[in-house]
Amino acid sequence: MRRYVARRVAALAATLLVVSALVFVVVRVLPGDPAALIMGTEGSPEATARLRESMGLDRPLAVQYLDWILGALRGDLGRSIQYDLPVGELIVSRLPVTLPLALLAAAFMVLLAIPLGLYAATHHRRSGDYVAMVVSQLGISIPQFWSGLLLILLFSVTLGWVRSGGFDGWSAGVWPAVRSLLLPAAALGFFQAAVLVRATRSAVLDVLREDYVRTARAKGVSERLVVGKHTLRNALIPVVTVAGIQLGQLVAGAIVLESVFALPGLGRLALGAIGARDLPVVQGVALFVASAIVVINFAVDLAYGFLDPRIRYE
Amino acid sequence: MPRRRPLRHVTFTLGAAITLALIVTAGLSLVYTPADPLAMSIAARLQGPTGAHPFGTDHFGRDVLSRVMTGAVTSIAVGLIAVGIGAGVGMLLGILGGYLGGWVDEALMRLVDAVQGFPAILSALLFTAVFAPGVLVSMVAIGIAFVPAFARLARGSFLTLREREFVAAARALGGGDPRVVLRHILPNALPPLIVQATTSFPVAILAEAALAYLGLGTQPPHPSWGLMLKEAQNFLSLNPWFAVFPGGAIALTVLGLNLLGDGLRDLLDPRTV
Repeated sequence: MRRYVARRVAALAATLLVVSALVFVVVRVLPGDPAALIMGTEGSPEATARLRESMGLDRPLAVQYLDWILGALRGDLGRSIQYDLPVGELIVSRLPVTLPLALLAAAFMVLLAIPLGLYAATHHRRSGDYVAMVVSQLGISIPQFWSGLLLILLFSVTLGWVRSGGFDGWSAGVWPAVRSLLLPAAALGFFQAAVLVRATRSAVLDVLREDYVRTARAKGVSERLVVGKHTLRNALIPVVTVAGIQLGQLVAGAIVLESVFALPGLGRLALGAIGARDLPVVQGVALFVASAIVVINFAVDLAYGFLDPRIRYE
Repeated sequence: MPRRRPLRHVTFTLGAAITLALIVTAGLSLVYTPADPLAMSIAARLQGPTGAHPFGTDHFGRDVLSRVMTGAVTSIAVGLIAVGIGAGVGMLLGILGGYLGGWVDEALMRLVDAVQGFPAILSALLFTAVFAPGVLVSMVAIGIAFVPAFARLARGSFLTLREREFVAAARALGGGDPRVVLRHILPNALPPLIVQATTSFPVAILAEAALAYLGLGTQPPHPSWGLMLKEAQNFLSLNPWFAVFPGGAIALTVLGLNLLGDGLRDLLDPRTV
């Protein structure tokens, strides 16, 4: 097991290095002169030259990359041009919106998908199964931001139960903050749940056909125990993989939903930075989000190895 | 094996019908729309469905039905090109890694793992910071997001197939690497990749709409379903229909393509007989 973990950690380190190189190439190399891009047409040549020097863009690319990546390892992602604040500080200040949104959506996803998938599989080819599959098919087809708009239309415009967007922060109280995140998390979680329902149903159906399940039934084990103990535990292995991949998608989806519900999270920070040509912020957010997704994928890989011993011996 | 008739397969037939309707609508919009999708009329702004405008009008008085029809072309074009980019680059990486193995495979898989950290939205954010936002950014960003899936599938197939007897025989008969790869292994590795392409297409349409909604993809005044939803958001209380029709078009299209993909998989997979 130790060798398996060591191998995965080495692969993770290499992958994160490639992630950083990709971000660096797009932001620092592709534009030719990032200083000219930031200054735009209104910048004088002298001002552009000063910016180039202050950002260290006049040094060789390899030196710039090394400097940036070593800084990033210490938590220093540069300084925002728009806010004149450290990028790392800006990212941390937006996490209390994006992270709870993604976690709440993940909770919606798991609480909806696993019982529904289990129900569909145990009622295979009966009306309950067909209803669950139709709901899941619809969920996959509806774009997250459209379901967000429809939720606003219903709960905010028509019923007036919640406001259509905005976030007053956690200092105003836990419930008001959670209430601001409920609709976007529901829109985000419902879409992802639709995918997970299908995965859960298919994994449970596969296990229900196994010999050991038939043996358990033949021995007179109650159906509740057959499903809860013998089936679900084994079916969870592929479900964990899909759910893990979904977690990465939730982070990406949160960026869209933040725009629909005017939530001041990481996505809105990056979108605002694009408008202001604040390249250090875009670069920092991209590195942070991509690394987070890679680390989540790594954790899923590792969990898979723990859950299924066959994987780690391969 | 019993012969399966595609038209008797409900999922396949329904999916094919919806997809055909999408293609016909997009094709028709190139030669005919009920009104000019770009023509504005301030007097007719934010109307609900009427005889003259079955889907109503937007905040500039433009006919929503005509814009939804034209938006179908954008969705299909972005979907096709993005899947093409993802499949092309992904297959190339997967084939190289799977066939050559060793350190090349290891390096390429780390690249694929890294690319997996960039969902379409993140790549689009990065590209838009450097280049102007537009349809091209959408196509490339969505295409990049598809690369890992195609690369892994192609690599997996090549790893298995390169050990098979028919490949050894082809090599023993003097076949060089390009010939063995292109003539003998690739045709056998294609079926799962084709299924992957069909399932990626609706995902690309959803992603295009999301990017246009965020202002990172198709730019106004060009019609795009996602862009129309962004514009509709500010007028939800005045004219909810403005948000319903473009959103419905996306949902129906994605539903049709998903059903078609599921049906195709059922029909092509012998285990489902």
